Amino acid sequence: MHIPDGILSVPVLAGGAALAAAGVAMGLRRLDDRAIPRAAILSAAFFAGSLIAVPIGPTSVHLVFAGLIGVMLGWAIFPAVLVALALQAVLFGFGGLTALGVTTLAVAAPGALAGAVFGPGIRRAARPAAAMWRGALAGALAVLGAAALVAVALVLSDGHFAPVARVMTAVYLPLAAVEAAVTAFALGFLARVQPGALSPLAVRA
Amino acid sequence: MIPADPRLRIAAAFAAVLSLSQLTAMPVAALACAGAVLAAAMSAGGLPWRRLMHLEGFVLMLLVTLPLTIPGTPLVRVGPLAASAEGLAQAALLGCKITAAVLTMTLLLAGLDPVRLGGALAGLRVPPRLVALFVATARYVETIGQEAARLRDAMRARGFRPRTDRHTLQSYGNLMGMLLVRSLDRAERVEEAMRARGFTRHLPLGEATPPTGPDIARATLIAGAAALLLLGDRAWPILSS
Repeated sequence: MHIPDGILSVPVLAGGAALAAAGVAMGLRRLDDRAIPRAAILSAAFFAGSLIAVPIGPTSVHLVFAGLIGVMLGWAIFPAVLVALALQAVLFGFGGLTALGVTTLAVAAPGALAGAVFGPGIRRAARPAAAMWRGALAGALAVLGAAALVAVALVLSDGHFAPVARVMTAVYLPLAAVEAAVTAFALGFLARVQPGALSPLAVRA
Repeated sequence: MIPADPRLRIAAAFAAVLSLSQLTAMPVAALACAGAVLAAAMSAGGLPWRRLMHLEGFVLMLLVTLPLTIPGTPLVRVGPLAASAEGLAQAALLGCKITAAVLTMTLLLAGLDPVRLGGALAGLRVPPRLVALFVATARYVETIGQEAARLRDAMRARGFRPRTDRHTLQSYGNLMGMLLVRSLDRAERVEEAMRARGFTRHLPLGEATPPTGPDIARATLIAGAAALLLLGDRAWPILSS
């Protein structure tokens, strides 16, 4: 979900950047110095995961894992997503520079919300199956939330984008379904293999 | 033409792309696009085709639907759909701006390695924790990427072929889960090693030297050219009427 430069208007870019900056500041405050390597290595893992292409009929989609990141990193999802997007922009040329704020907000905010809503239940879950369906909801909602926020950014930028914005979430339904399934299976795996991995924030006692 | 100092490269890229992204007059946007294509074609790397061809789904949708949804003089008819001249112009404008911005970014930033970029970000007053996170993530993207490649090789060796089915989704879920388990193990080792060496949030990113005069001139030229285009863009309706 990379927004290139040249599409969004200045007020939308500025508003997105301000909100993203607030989220990043909040995330950095929760991330103490000792937790930085851990957050960085998890971000790198999600980065590697986002390069997986899942076939859907004749085409394929790339995973985002925003819901899973939200569960595992909490508010630190904001700086983690900003760093990942900046790296993708520089290394691969995906996404724009001026749109970094809006894109960070669109991906991180629904992920943080999904983590806050479903994270406690996932960590408390007695059986892997209970963690899995919550994970599926977190994964799907994070993708649809991101699509909705991008749609809002498009409409606010230019009324001509409204027809595309209106179908945005529908277009992202297949990705949401795939993301829900893969997030659920990944959480089920973690719940069985290493339940401690799901502890909130980036610090373990 | 391109400044050597990474701080100036970042600043110039931001300023130039911000100006270019706000163009509204087609002739000016076309000029910006042509200039960027020319500069990229003459650069050592040539035109970055892969970057130019990469389009997100929704951007593609915008480019395709704008001609059909913006009302105006119909230019081409395909069955019940009519592509308006105004819509086509809008799509072309968008295409020009996106292309110019991608090329500007590639020219100024693509050659920088992430650690140098981290040092430059610290020089531009980005918070130290964010810089540390950026540098560490950039460092581990390769290591963890190799880990992921090993896991996928192992899956392929066992006869895994990705398809649209439950088995594929479950396999990728397990792959991600395993990757996270291994990453957390690695993180624990790295954390201990860094603590043993007395890591505080400050990374030794090298001495900050003041930018040189010619470099400042190059960065100003690039940002200035883009600002001039934006100025021309805003004056265009007056000039052309």
